Amino acid sequence: MLKSKKNLKPSELAALQEAENAAALEALRKRREKEHAKMEKSKGTNKRVGKSWKNDIGIFTVLTLLGLFMIFPIYLAIVNSIKPVQEIFIMPPKLYAMEPTLENFSDLFKVANNSWVPFSRNVFNSVFVTVVATVFHILFACTAAFVLSKCKFPGYKFLNEMIVVAMLFTSTVLYIMQYMVMAKLGMINTYWALILPIIATPMDLYLMRQSMSQLPDAMIEAAKIDGAGLIRICWGIVMPNSKPALMTIIIFQFQAAWNATGGLFIYNEALKTMPTVVQQIAAAGLARQGAIAASAVVLMLPPLVIFILAQRNVMETMAHSGIKD
Amino acid sequence: MASNSQAPKKEILLPSERKMDFKERWAYTRHEMKRNWLCYAMLAPFMLLFLVFTVIPVLMSLPIGFTSFDMAHFPKWIGFQNFYTLFLEDDVFVIAIRTTIIFAIFTGPLSYFLSFLLAWLINELHPALKTLFTLVFYAPSMAGNIYFVWQLIFSGDTYGYANAALMELGITNTAIQWLTDANYVLPCVIIVQLWLSMGAGFLALRAGFQGIDKSMYEAGAIEGIKNRWQELIYITIPSMGPQLMFAAVQQIVTAFTADFVGRQLAGFPSTDYKVHTIMTHAFDYGYIRYEMGYASAICFVLFIVMLVCNALIRRLLSKYMD
Repeated sequence: MLKSKKNLKPSELAALQEAENAAALEALRKRREKEHAKMEKSKGTNKRVGKSWKNDIGIFTVLTLLGLFMIFPIYLAIVNSIKPVQEIFIMPPKLYAMEPTLENFSDLFKVANNSWVPFSRNVFNSVFVTVVATVFHILFACTAAFVLSKCKFPGYKFLNEMIVVAMLFTSTVLYIMQYMVMAKLGMINTYWALILPIIATPMDLYLMRQSMSQLPDAMIEAAKIDGAGLIRICWGIVMPNSKPALMTIIIFQFQAAWNATGGLFIYNEALKTMPTVVQQIAAAGLARQGAIAASAVVLMLPPLVIFILAQRNVMETMAHSGIKD
Repeated sequence: MASNSQAPKKEILLPSERKMDFKERWAYTRHEMKRNWLCYAMLAPFMLLFLVFTVIPVLMSLPIGFTSFDMAHFPKWIGFQNFYTLFLEDDVFVIAIRTTIIFAIFTGPLSYFLSFLLAWLINELHPALKTLFTLVFYAPSMAGNIYFVWQLIFSGDTYGYANAALMELGITNTAIQWLTDANYVLPCVIIVQLWLSMGAGFLALRAGFQGIDKSMYEAGAIEGIKNRWQELIYITIPSMGPQLMFAAVQQIVTAFTADFVGRQLAGFPSTDYKVHTIMTHAFDYGYIRYEMGYASAICFVLFIVMLVCNALIRRLLSKYMD
């Protein structure tokens, strides 16, 4: 075999080696799959200390009682949104709707469609701002968080400190100063005024930095030795191992962007987002409890969907968890 | 070989550990900066926006506390005048400090422990229930501004749910003015604050629990951990330092800046200044009386207090951090 190998041309030798490599890889893959299947099978039987049915039922009861308190006002909002007008002022107030109706919702959209700007425009604004702000924020903040948590370069301590201090700073004049900066940059009444400040929020970066700092340095060293660049390490290795934090900041960011109203920075009707318009209508246009409740329910739905999708994703990824030290 | 062992041991220091004079240090720093250029490049997009929309406005607002500023004229420098007035002459500020401390105790430490406890209890459940309960507890923060529901619950007339329920049960026969009676307004607002407090910190803690490697618990069981409390203290908490710190920072911010809920529910000004916090005081001077300088001074004091709290908590959690 060896002799024949020696007699081969370089190109044939290369082909042979490739075939051998492929076979080895295939074998490795099969073994991995087997191990994985074994792991999957044993997952359910994995016993933890002190786990018992009695304990679990106790925890479940406590959480359910507290959960009822948390969910009750939201339940009331939903019930109020499907109550017809005549039912809202019944004495004593009912905890359910006797004749549920979607009147409040249809009224809301009817008024919305009759305003100066078509309502679809406001919906588009909201979707556009939310998608752009979330995507770019995640991209920028995660890259920055990786550098701040895993790279040592002059100034990294100062920058880390600055993020926290900025989070603690609240001032009544901050808003005015932001307005002045934006006016200087000519951003008032543009999409920039809605999107850029949301991208620049430090909270998610801080959370990401915190959870990335838990990943072992050895993992990054190993990747560096294997020749991966910083960007590759960040998005190929560190990010997949920070899934829970990533999903959490997606929830935060989506919510922040979705609820963004732009405040003083936006006064052009055509640029107003859905929350601004819906709240305006609920407060002034219809001015009824039912309409206000309906607007709250409508605005709550998209973040709710994102929340459920994100949480499900965390559950799936954490089933076969990554490397930690 | 022999000569090698006899040679005096020379300590090898990294460049960063060596003592250097200023010039050498500067040259070294510049070299390091050049070597790490990619780090700066990766930071640039976020940091640039952060600088423009957060850092610069913050730096611009800091000195406003030392001026007299009514938004119409250019700020006039008056030194520590605002702070003298604030601490020596402003009676309402003293009430505001008291209210803020009461709020801070409930929405700070109490809701911090509560969110940790809940995040932990949820983590002990079956995966499907985990998502459900996380959603249930986080929902109030997601629902945004549905304060109007609490207004319905605490409504002072007989249409209010709380009053209707109490009258139905025969506990009272007159409607209680929940949000305007000085005896009730503070507890009511605290309840709503607690209801809202399972926010970012809670979700971050949930993420922290989800990120803990399950094999640690198996290893713990072999090492002799007997119950879930031990598991919590020896495995879970030490591996959650960063998330605990994040939640703490969140809690500091929400605890000290409590203002909006009180103003929404109890109106402004509230009866006997019962829910008048430091932030409400700043709002009063800033947006009602247009004394921005004075309002900034109030916020400046609050900022210092928050920085001190942050430093203290970091000291407390330092043994769990890297």
